Amino acid sequence: MDLTAFAESVGASDPVTVSGAGTRGGPMPDARCVAAPSGIVEFEPAEMTVRCGAGTTVNELLSTLAEAGQSLALPAGGTVGGALACGRSDVYRLGRGPVRDTLLQARYVGAQGQVVKAGGQTVKNVSGFDLCRLLVGSFGTLGFLGEVILRTRPRPAVSRWFATTDADPFALLGSLYRPASLLWDGETTWVCLEGHAEDVEAQAGSVSGAREVHGPPTLPVGSRRSVAPTSLRSLTGTFVAEIGVGVVHHGEPTPTGTAVSTEVRLLHGQIKGLFDPTGRLNPGLDVLDVLGTTGGMS
Amino acid sequence: MNGTLIRELRGVLGADRVLTGATELVLYARDASNISGSTSVVCLPTSTAEVQECVRAAVRHGVPFVARGSGTGLAGGAVPLDGAVVIALTKMNQVLSVDVENRMAWVEPGVLNLDLTRFTAPEGLHFAPDPSSQQSCSIGGNVANNSGGPHCLADGVTNSHILALEVVLPDGSVTVLGGEDPEPTGYDLRGVFVGSEGMLGITTKVCVRLTQNPPAVRTLLMDFSSVDDGANTVSAIIAGGILPAALEMMDRLCIQAVEAFVHAGLPLDAAAVLLVEVTGLPVGLDADVRRVIEIGREHGARSVRVAQDEAERLLLWKGRKSAFGAIARIKPNYYLHDTVVPRRRLTEVLAKVYEIAERHELLVLNVFHAGDGNLHPLLVFDRREPGTMERVHRAGEEIVAVSVAVGGVLSGEHGIGLEKRDYMSLMFGPDDLEAQALLRRAFDPLALANPMKVLPSPASCGDVHSVPEGAWI
Repeated sequence: MDLTAFAESVGASDPVTVSGAGTRGGPMPDARCVAAPSGIVEFEPAEMTVRCGAGTTVNELLSTLAEAGQSLALPAGGTVGGALACGRSDVYRLGRGPVRDTLLQARYVGAQGQVVKAGGQTVKNVSGFDLCRLLVGSFGTLGFLGEVILRTRPRPAVSRWFATTDADPFALLGSLYRPASLLWDGETTWVCLEGHAEDVEAQAGSVSGAREVHGPPTLPVGSRRSVAPTSLRSLTGTFVAEIGVGVVHHGEPTPTGTAVSTEVRLLHGQIKGLFDPTGRLNPGLDVLDVLGTTGGMS
Repeated sequence: MNGTLIRELRGVLGADRVLTGATELVLYARDASNISGSTSVVCLPTSTAEVQECVRAAVRHGVPFVARGSGTGLAGGAVPLDGAVVIALTKMNQVLSVDVENRMAWVEPGVLNLDLTRFTAPEGLHFAPDPSSQQSCSIGGNVANNSGGPHCLADGVTNSHILALEVVLPDGSVTVLGGEDPEPTGYDLRGVFVGSEGMLGITTKVCVRLTQNPPAVRTLLMDFSSVDDGANTVSAIIAGGILPAALEMMDRLCIQAVEAFVHAGLPLDAAAVLLVEVTGLPVGLDADVRRVIEIGREHGARSVRVAQDEAERLLLWKGRKSAFGAIARIKPNYYLHDTVVPRRRLTEVLAKVYEIAERHELLVLNVFHAGDGNLHPLLVFDRREPGTMERVHRAGEEIVAVSVAVGGVLSGEHGIGLEKRDYMSLMFGPDDLEAQALLRRAFDPLALANPMKVLPSPASCGDVHSVPEGAWI
C-alpha cells in the first residue's frame, strides 16, 4: 500500500481510527480502523537518515539499521507510527535523546483525507513551522502518520549494564560522562555505559560496587509518570526512576500528569478544532487525558 | 496615527523605555539582513507583566507587534513592517536559576548565548547551540529561529536544548509551554513554538538544558587539493559511523581571506580545509581521531594538523568563526546564504554553486557546516557597481533552487522570515502550507504577532513587490 491508497482508506467523512501492532493501546472503539503503509523505503547510511512507512515495526527497522552499524532513538516493539504518535521514550533517553528529536519529516493524512508533508529530509532544517513536533505525541488526533524520515545514530562499539547498591545515583549523573541510562529504585542503581570498550571499563571502574548485569531491571507497570528530575529524590513506593530525565515507572496505578493551564487547554482545543473540525480522527481520544502506560493507538 | 497607543505604552513602561525618535525607529526597523521595514514605536519591557501589557495594548489597537532580541537574524524575521510595534527583549537579560545537578537553567530571553555558556562554565556545563553570532545573539532569538551552530552536528540544534518556555500568547495571556518534566501532557507546544519566528507569541522565560563539557577535545585541520576530496571525506566520516562534535569546511577564497585576517597558518594553496573536532572519553577519542585522519588520507588529504594545545585549537576556531569579518578585505558587501542538502550531494551542489556565481560574475566563498550538509555560500560584491544587486539576487535564487532540487531545504539555521517567504512553495505544496497556517491561526487568530513572515499569503505569491527593498527574492 502506498500513501495515496492510505489516504483513500482514511477518507474524508466518517469517524476513523488507526492501529499498528496494538502494543500501545490499539485502535479507538466505534470507528473504522485503518493501517498505515509499512516497509523501509530508503536507507542511506552516509546520510544517517531512514525513510519508512509508519506501519513498519520498530524491530524490523532496528535490525536493518544494525546491519549498517546504526540505530535510532525509538523504543523497541510495536510500529514506528505508534512509537512516534505516543512520543514516549525508552530508558535510554538520557544518552540517546527523546523520541521527539528523531522525526525529521512526516507525510501524514489529514482529516480531509489529504496527504500533508511536514518537515524536511535533511538532518538540519528550519524551513517553516515544525509540524513534526506537533505530530510526535499527538496520538493520531491531528493526522495519521503515513511515511516518515527518521534521524539515525551510530551504534556504540560497546553497551554494558552495571548495577550497584553502593553509589548515589545523583552523584553518578555528575561524575559519569554521558551514560546512556541511569536508573534507581531507591536502593539499587543501574547504569548503562556505551562507547569504546576501554572507556566503558574505566567508567564502570569508577562506580563504587558496580557489578555487570544483563540489562535494565523489570519496570513496574502501575503507571508511567513524568516529573521534574529535581523531585526524584523524594519518591516513595515501588518505582524505577530515570535519573536526569524524570520518567518514573511506578508500581501504583495512580498516574500523575503535568497540571495543564487554562491557556494550554485552550490552545489544544483550537489546534484540534482547526486540524480536525469534525473530530473524526481517533474520536474520543483526548491527549490531555492520556496518562500512564496506555495509549490510544499504536 | 498611533498617538493613543504610544501614550498607553508610556503609561506601562514610562517614557524612557518607549522609543519614538527618528534615529531609533530607523535602527529598529532592521535586523542583520539586507531588508528594512518600518516601526512606529519601540518598547523595552523588563518583565513578563510589561511584555503582556505591551501586547495587550497593541492588540487593543489592532496594531501588529514584533518581538526582537539582539537583531542578529539574517532572514528579516525581526524586521517590523508597516509601523508595527517593536517589543525588544534586550533588557530582560538575567540568568534566573541554574540547577547544576539536573543540568537545566531558567533564563530571560535577552541573555546572550555565549554569556550563558560563560556563566555555567565553572560548573563544567555549557549551552550547546553555538551560532557564529553567539557573542551577540540572544537565547530568545535562538528560540525564535531554532538556531544551530558548528557543534550542533552531534548535539542537535536549539529545539533539543529547550525544556520549557514561558510565553505571552498573541491574545496577551501568559502560560508555560513544555516543562522541566520530560513528557508534559498533551501536544508538544514547546516544540512547535521553537523556530516559529515570533509568530506564535513572545518568549519571556526559557528553561534550557545544559550540556556536560566533554572530558577531552581534539581539533584537527586537514587540507585538500580539491573541494570534492574534502566533501567526500565528510561523507566517508559520517558513513564510517563517526559523529564528530563539529565538521566544518572552508574553500580556497575563504581560507585566503581568513588567513590574512587571523594568521592561523592555514595552507593558502589548498582548495579546501576541513576543521574536525572530536570530543569524548580518551580511548574512544583517540580511536575516532585516528580513523578520521585515515579517512582523510584515503580521500587525498595533503596534510593533517592536530592542535597541540588549547591556544592552537582556539586559533583554528577563530579562523572559522571570523570568516565573515575577514570577507570585508575582499569586497565591501556580502550576502550570506543558508541551505541544507543531503550530505552525499555536497560535491555536486558545491560545483553548481561555483558555476552559478561564475555565470553571474560574482565571487563566492564557502564556509559551512559540512557535517550536516548545511551550506553557507557567501556572495561578495560591491553594491556600488551598477547592476550588481540584480545579479546577487538572481544567483541567490538559483542556489536555493539547486539545493531544494536535490532534496535539500530552504534554510538550515537562519529561518525563513521575509527573505525566503515566497520560496516556501518550492518546498511545500498548498496542503502543507495550509497545515502550517492552521497552527499559526490556532495561536494567533488575529494574525498580529509578527505578520507577513514565513508563510506566503496566496495573494502575495509571485508578487515580489510586496517584500521590502533589500530582499533578494
